Amino acid sequence: MDIKDIIKEENLVYKKTPLMTDKVLSYCPGCGHGTAHRIIMEVVEEMNAQAETIGIAPVGCSVLAYEFMNVDMVQAAHGRAPAVATGIKRTWPDKIVFTYQGDGDLAAIGTGETIHACNRGEFITIIFINNGIYGMTGGQMAPTTIDGMKTSTSPYGRDLVRMGNPLKITELIAQLPGTYFVSRQAVHTPAAVRKAKKAIKKAFEVQKEKKGLAFVEIVSNCNSGWKLSPVKANQWMVENMFPFYPLGDIKVDGVLVKGN
Amino acid sequence: MGELKLMKGNEAIAEAAIRAGVDAYFGYPITPQSEVLEYLMSEKPHERTGMVVLQAESELAAINMVYGTASTGKKVLTTSSSPGISLYQEGISYIAGAELPCVIANVVRGGPGLGTIQPSQADYFQAVKGGGHGDYRLFVLAPASVQEMADFIELGFEIAFKYRNPVMILSDGMIGQMMEKVELKDQKPRWTNEEIIAISKDWATTGKTPDRERNIITSLNLDSAVQEQHNHHLQEKYRRMQAEDVRYELFEAEDAEYLIVAYGSSARIAQKTISLARKKGFKVGLLRPITLFPFPVKPLARLAPQLKAILSVEMSAGQMIEDIKLAVECKVRVEHFGRYGGMIHSPEEVLSAFEQKIIGG
Repeated sequence: MDIKDIIKEENLVYKKTPLMTDKVLSYCPGCGHGTAHRIIMEVVEEMNAQAETIGIAPVGCSVLAYEFMNVDMVQAAHGRAPAVATGIKRTWPDKIVFTYQGDGDLAAIGTGETIHACNRGEFITIIFINNGIYGMTGGQMAPTTIDGMKTSTSPYGRDLVRMGNPLKITELIAQLPGTYFVSRQAVHTPAAVRKAKKAIKKAFEVQKEKKGLAFVEIVSNCNSGWKLSPVKANQWMVENMFPFYPLGDIKVDGVLVKGN
Repeated sequence: MGELKLMKGNEAIAEAAIRAGVDAYFGYPITPQSEVLEYLMSEKPHERTGMVVLQAESELAAINMVYGTASTGKKVLTTSSSPGISLYQEGISYIAGAELPCVIANVVRGGPGLGTIQPSQADYFQAVKGGGHGDYRLFVLAPASVQEMADFIELGFEIAFKYRNPVMILSDGMIGQMMEKVELKDQKPRWTNEEIIAISKDWATTGKTPDRERNIITSLNLDSAVQEQHNHHLQEKYRRMQAEDVRYELFEAEDAEYLIVAYGSSARIAQKTISLARKKGFKVGLLRPITLFPFPVKPLARLAPQLKAILSVEMSAGQMIEDIKLAVECKVRVEHFGRYGGMIHSPEEVLSAFEQKIIGG
């Protein structure tokens, strides 16, 4: 049965972008990855850029992103995606190159590659999914795990004295001259999804205009890692993650937004 | 016709890369090979051919930039020296697993650890036995002159694309730093993007066009049975290298009763030892492996029946000797001699070792 048999053309308000494959997502129900994938691919579709787009997904829950995003993709080693993206973009300057990285990947093992790609101002787009935990390996403490947050390697809560501080890497890279657009978004409500998609679209357009590096953080959930139901995970995120990682644009057109 | 120049081995690599139409070079400074990056930067290859040259923030970044460019079917080169090559190993394993073509030159220095900055051949095991994690091999070329440093760039890319496999040029601080006459080939044009898409459309991630399925570069297989199949495929490729692309050179081996096996710098030194030994009446020849993987197993096995003993001469505590023993299946006595830790043996020292260990052994 075709979708046209169920929904009349004039009543169709939403359909899956053909830039997402039909492969069933490997993510836990309630996880933000699927929504983030979809809005990135919708942006690529709207820009009519499938033939120009090359994505890079390094190690993490999203290591299999290449199974879901219907564009040419490269799977990278843990933390190294910005270097891989540099190698592609420098030799194919007219392509659209993006990385899709988690917090452990981008802000711990790959901090060097992240900061230097941002500082050089590579004409790439970095999508950073921050859920404050290592999801794929089973919920260990991440560089972005907030004060007091329980994980499998901080079972009594993150102790800032023993374990160090959570890293606000997005604020850090916004200070670098090579970044042109830096934004922090979320995908937990329809309104947030619309804002996040707008930011991602801008991040891809900035790359096309060769203005500098564009960076979008998406504060997301990990209900299985956080040991909460999907609904409760989103509530916990709003109450605990957003105060520490406030949403909104941090740098626009190469200029820091006031308060940053 | 080519152009004659007096150059360092490191400079020859850089110039040959520009002339061979290489698309990109990524590297990080380390002695004794920093001249490669310095020479490239001073030559402005972006003006000469459009070649991209970038100094990375670390070896980890450099090898992953190589991975990125190689994923798109372009010709990409990197060079480093021993401690830097150790840092490359993660990336090299991914490159080998994802079957990407690239050329990596190691201008070896003494180790382990930070070691010395003087020449060494102690990275043989790392180069020919895998180096990083997993069952994989590099195609390893061992230049013995500045001329070969230049020539092996083009040859390296030919092989890298033939097999979709990383190629390592395993030299050392002596060949990297010494100056010799070198004949440089004429400038070749870089492949156009259209040519690259035509050559590598089956696998390279250049953007999914309507005329093909999308391409994915990965070394990940969550299904072990699929991963085993992939390993079978890789092993088949390595066997094909052994069957089709072994390279070696023989010197005074026809009537030899004794054989020295040496590669790179040690082969240059051993050549002098052979003439000294011949003057003393010893019937000794030289086999110089040019490919260390695939190792010249058959040529050695063919020579074995006429030999009384073999001396492996390496600037290491004895690494290639294991491959020689395997090649002759221990039917001939094999001894090792070599200075190491950055020390270089003289032809006379090799002769004296030959007399003691082989003639007197």
